[in-house]
Amino acid sequence: MENLDLLLAQGKAAAEQAEDANSLDQVRVQYLGKKGELTQLLKGLGKLSAEERPKAGALINEAKQELQQLINERKESIANQALNAKLAAETIDVTLPGRGQENGGLHPVTRTLNRIEKIFSVVGYKVEQGPEIEDNYHNFDALNIPPHHPARAMHDTFYIGDEHVLRTHTSPVQVRTMESQEPPIYIICPGRVYRCDSDLTHTPMFHQVEGLVIDKNVSFADLKGTIVQFLRAFFEDESLEVRFRPSFFPFTEPSAEFDIAWASSKTGWLEVGGCGMVHPNVLTASGVDPEKYTGFAFGLGVERLAMLRYGVNDLRMFFENDLKFLKQFA
Amino acid sequence: MKLSEAWLREWVNPELSTADLVEQITMAGLEVDGVEAVAGEFSGVVVGEILTREQHPDADKLSVCMVKGDGAEPVQVICGAPNARAGIKIPYATIGAVLPPGADGKPFKIKKAKLRGIESFGMLCAQAELKLGDGNDGIWELPEDAPVGTCVREYLQLNDSSIEIDLTPNRSDCLSIKGVARDVGVLNRLAVNEPEIAAVAPSIDDTFPVALNAGEACSRYAGRVIRNVDVAKPTPLWMQERLRRADIRSIDAVVDITNYVLLELGQPMHAFDLSTLNGSVQARMAEQGEKLTLLDGQDIELNADTMVIADDSRAVAMAGIMGGEATAVTAETKDIFLESAFFDPIAIAGRARSYGLHTDSSHRFERGVDYQLQETAIERATQLLLDIVGGEAGPIGVVENEYKPVDREVSLRRARINSGLGFDMDDDTVIDILIRLGLSLQRSDDEGWTFAVPSYRFDISIEADLLEELARVYGYNNLPVTSMSVPMLIESDDEAAIGLSSLHQVLVNRGYQEAITYSFVEPKLQEMFDKQHQAVALSNPISADMAVMRTTLWPGLVKALQYNQNRQQSRVRLFETGQRFLPEAGGLIQDQVIAGAVYGSRQPEGWAEKQQPIDFFDVKADIEALLAVGGSAAEYRFEPAKHDVLHPGQCARIERNGSVIGFMGALHPSLLAQLGVSGPVFLFELKLADIETGVLPNFEELSKFPETRRDLALIVDESVPVATLLDIVKQQGGEWLKNTTLFDVYQGEGIDNGKKSLALGLTWQHPSRTLTDEEVNDVVESIVSNMQSSCGAMLRG
Repeated sequence: MENLDLLLAQGKAAAEQAEDANSLDQVRVQYLGKKGELTQLLKGLGKLSAEERPKAGALINEAKQELQQLINERKESIANQALNAKLAAETIDVTLPGRGQENGGLHPVTRTLNRIEKIFSVVGYKVEQGPEIEDNYHNFDALNIPPHHPARAMHDTFYIGDEHVLRTHTSPVQVRTMESQEPPIYIICPGRVYRCDSDLTHTPMFHQVEGLVIDKNVSFADLKGTIVQFLRAFFEDESLEVRFRPSFFPFTEPSAEFDIAWASSKTGWLEVGGCGMVHPNVLTASGVDPEKYTGFAFGLGVERLAMLRYGVNDLRMFFENDLKFLKQFA
Repeated sequence: MKLSEAWLREWVNPELSTADLVEQITMAGLEVDGVEAVAGEFSGVVVGEILTREQHPDADKLSVCMVKGDGAEPVQVICGAPNARAGIKIPYATIGAVLPPGADGKPFKIKKAKLRGIESFGMLCAQAELKLGDGNDGIWELPEDAPVGTCVREYLQLNDSSIEIDLTPNRSDCLSIKGVARDVGVLNRLAVNEPEIAAVAPSIDDTFPVALNAGEACSRYAGRVIRNVDVAKPTPLWMQERLRRADIRSIDAVVDITNYVLLELGQPMHAFDLSTLNGSVQARMAEQGEKLTLLDGQDIELNADTMVIADDSRAVAMAGIMGGEATAVTAETKDIFLESAFFDPIAIAGRARSYGLHTDSSHRFERGVDYQLQETAIERATQLLLDIVGGEAGPIGVVENEYKPVDREVSLRRARINSGLGFDMDDDTVIDILIRLGLSLQRSDDEGWTFAVPSYRFDISIEADLLEELARVYGYNNLPVTSMSVPMLIESDDEAAIGLSSLHQVLVNRGYQEAITYSFVEPKLQEMFDKQHQAVALSNPISADMAVMRTTLWPGLVKALQYNQNRQQSRVRLFETGQRFLPEAGGLIQDQVIAGAVYGSRQPEGWAEKQQPIDFFDVKADIEALLAVGGSAAEYRFEPAKHDVLHPGQCARIERNGSVIGFMGALHPSLLAQLGVSGPVFLFELKLADIETGVLPNFEELSKFPETRRDLALIVDESVPVATLLDIVKQQGGEWLKNTTLFDVYQGEGIDNGKKSLALGLTWQHPSRTLTDEEVNDVVESIVSNMQSSCGAMLRG
C-alpha cells in the first residue's frame, strides 16, 4: 500500500512517455492488467484489517481509474497525431491542373444558328430543313423567278446539269413546307447555301436562316415587328436601331432590306438581311390561297451576324477550320 | 448607274443637300452606292489663251508662251506640251494655284519657277493633270468660245457630284435621268421639268425600209435617215462632261449623242453608217453559227437564240446589245440611219452574258425599256445631232407588229392597304402618290380604284405592286411596327427524339471541335476517299479544287486536320455534321451525317501521364458515347469490316438492328502517305437519321435478393471476335443474367501462340428469390459448352 502513490506516479509517467498505441498498451497491461502492478495491490488487501480494507481498496481503485483515464486521453492523442501525420503525408498540390479530356467547342456558325433557332422557337417557330442540291423549280420557278429573269443572273448560281442547282438560298425549303403543310405556318429554315462568288467578303458557301410566316391577316407591320424584335434579342440591345429600305426580290412584294445602326460602318448602317411580304404568285404556286392567307418571309446571313456578334474580321476564317480560330468560340 | 447630280437637279431640284438627297432616294429603294466629286481638288486654274509661242532658246521641247489669264497683263509661261500654240484656249494654273495630288498624294502647288534660265509664271494643264479625264498627251484645248479669265471650276461647273445608284432589276424605269427625276419628284411632291423635245420637221424625204421578222422579240422599231452630217465636229464640252460624270467615254459626236439620250431618257439607240447598209434592215433571229464582228472588234459566232439586226446580206448588229463594226459610224460617214427600238426583255435577257458581254444597252433592254419612248428618243437625238453635227433629217419611220405590249390595268382595294401594310392611308394620298408615279386613275368604286400602268413600269402588274409603291413613297420606316400574337398552342413532344445539339454536346465534352468544311471538294481527293460513287460534278465550279459534291465528309475533315497539322497542332479532334451527296442507282441521296477525324495523343499534354497515341478503342468509346445518348446503346453493333479508305484490320461497320449506319476505323496507311498526313488518324461517319431516335426509359422493380457472380477464364483462338462469345452469354445466360463484364484480355507468356485469354464476369439476380448454386452452375455449364462447341473456347485450367 505504501508504494501506491509511487506506482501511480510511475504509471502516469510511463503513459505520458508512450509514443504509440503499442507501448501505451504495454503500460496499461503493466499497471492495470490482470497481473498489473496496481491490480496486484488489490490482491494484497487481504493482508489488511477489515477496517482498513475498504478505505485502502477505494484508494487503489481511485488510482487505477486515474491512470486509466490518463491512458485513454493519451490514446486519443496518439491516434490524433497518427491521423495528422497521415493527412500531412497525403497532402497534394491542388493547383496542379485536373487530369483528362479538355472540352472542345462548336463552330461559331453553329453557335449562331443555335442562338437564332432558340430565339425563334421560343415563340413557336418550327425548324425545317431541305436538300442542298435543288431542282430549278424549287430554287427559282416556284419563287417567281422565271428562266432568264435578271434575278437569276444576280444569284451567281452553281449549276448541276440543266435541271439542278446548288440552292442559292434556303427559300426552296419554304416552298416545300407550303406544299406539304396547311397554314398557319411559322417556320425558320437554317442551312448551307451556295453562290459562285469568292473574294474578301464572299465565300462560295455560306449559311442562311430564312423565316416564313403564313397566316390570316399578316401585315408588313408584323414583319417589321418580327425583324426588329429578333435583332434586338440577338444583339441583346433593346435600343438597337433598325431601318428598312425598299428592295427587290421576285418572291416578295413589297420587299425590303434591313440595316442595323453600326458605329464602325462608313454610313452608320450595316445591311443584315432581306425580307418582304410573300408574293401572291409564290403562294399560288405552292397551293396557298393568297386571298385567304398572307405572309412574310425574311432571310438572315449567319456569317454576317456571327462576325458582328463576335467581332470576327475575316469571313474566310469560318471555313479554314484553324483550331486557333475555332477554340475561341468554345 | 452613275449620273451627275447637277444634271438631275436641272430636272427636279428639291431643297435637300446632296447627303439628304442620297439618303432620300436610298430609302425609297434606289440604293446609292457612292457619291464622288466629279473633279479632283484644285484651285487657281482659269481659262487662259496663248497669245504667242516661241521656242525656248536652250531646250528643244520647251516653248515660251505669253498667256492671257485672269490678270490685266499677259504673263510668261514655259510649257513642254507639243500642242502649245498661239490662239488656243487652255486651263492655266496661276501662281498660287493648287493642283490635284500626284502620285505622292500631296497637293501640287504652283510657284514661280525658272526653267533653263527663263522664268515661268504658272503652268498650262493637261486634262489628266486636273483629274478631268484621260487626256495627257498635251495641254487640254478648250473650246474657242471659252471665256478667258474665268475660273475653270466655274466654267466646267465642277462643283457637282457623281451619284452611283445600284438599281434592283425591277426598276428599269430609273435607268435614266428622267426616271430618277420622276421618283425624286414623287418623293418631294415636286413637278419635274422635262426639257422640251419638239418634233424635228423632216427636211428630206429619205427613209430606209425596216421589217420585223423576230415575232415578239422585236415589236417596235423606229428609224430615221439623217444625211450630210459632219462627224468631224467635236462633241460639246458640256455633253462630254455629262457623259464623263456617268462614266461613259466620249467617242465621237454621233455616238456621244446616242449615249446622251440613253442616259437622259433611258432609250438605247444605235446609229448606222447608211452607206454600208444593203437594201433594208430587219430584226430577225440569228442563224446558228452566223458571224458578226462587233464594234469593239470581237468576232462573234452567233447562236440561234440571239436576235440580230440584219441588212439584205448579213447581220449588222446584235440587237439591243452591240452594233457591228462594218456598219458603224466612222470619220468618213456622211449619212446615218438612227435606230430606236423596243426589244422584248425575255429576248435579250441572258444573251449578252452568254457571249461574255454586258453593255449599257443590254442592261436596259433585259430589264425593260419604255415601249412608248422610241419616237421621243429619236426626236431628241435628231435635235441634238442637227445642233452639233448638222445634216438633214428624213421622216421617222415606225414599224410595229401585233406583239407590241398592251397597256395594263391594276386594281387596288382600300381594305388591302390596311391588311397588307398595317395602317390606313387616306384616299387623297393614295391617288396623289400613284398619279405622280405616272399611273392614271381609270375607275373607282366603294372598294377601291383601278389604275392604268405607265409603259415604263414593267414591275407593276398586281395589287401587291401598288402596295409596295405606296409603302415605298410613304417611307418603310414610317410604317407601323406591330408585335404578332400567336395562339399558345402546346403540342405533343417527342421525348425519344435526340436533338442534334445533344449529339454535338457529347463530342464537344469529349474534346472534339466542330468544323465546317466546303460541300464541294477536289475531284481527285474525293475519288481517293470514295471509289464506289461517281461524285456529282458542278457545271460551273468556282475553282478546280471545289468541283464535285462530297459523298463523304472525310475528305474535307482530313484536309482540315492536315491544315492544323501543318500549323503545329499535335492533337486534332474534329467533327462535322452536314449533307453528303450520294449518287445511287435509285437517284441522288442527300442525307445528313455526323463524321469525325481524330489525331494525336489520347489526352491533352499534361503532367499526369505519359502521352499515349489514340487508338481504335478511344475513338470507339466516343462513338459509343454518342450512341448511348438516347438510351438505346444495345441496339448498335460494331462488326469487323472492310472499307477502301480504312486500315483492313482496324475497321468496323456500325449497325443498328441489323442495318448499316456507318463506318469507323483507322485511315489507311497508304492513304496517309499519299496525302502526306501524319498518322494514325481515326475516322468515323454515321447517318444522323439513324441515331436521332432513342427509347423511353422503362422502370424495372429493384430486386431485394443477392446477386450471384461467376468469373470465367477462357482460352480461345485469337481470331474469334469477343462479340461472338458475348452473344453466346446473352443467348444462354437465361432470364436472370443482369450484367456481363469483360475484365481481361491477355495474349503472351503462358498462352499458346494464336490464342488469347479472356476473363468474363457474369452476374445473375432473381427478382423474388435467392438463386441456388445449382441453377447458376447449370447456366454456366451450358454457356461454356456452347462456347466450346461453336468457337472452340476452353476454360483456362
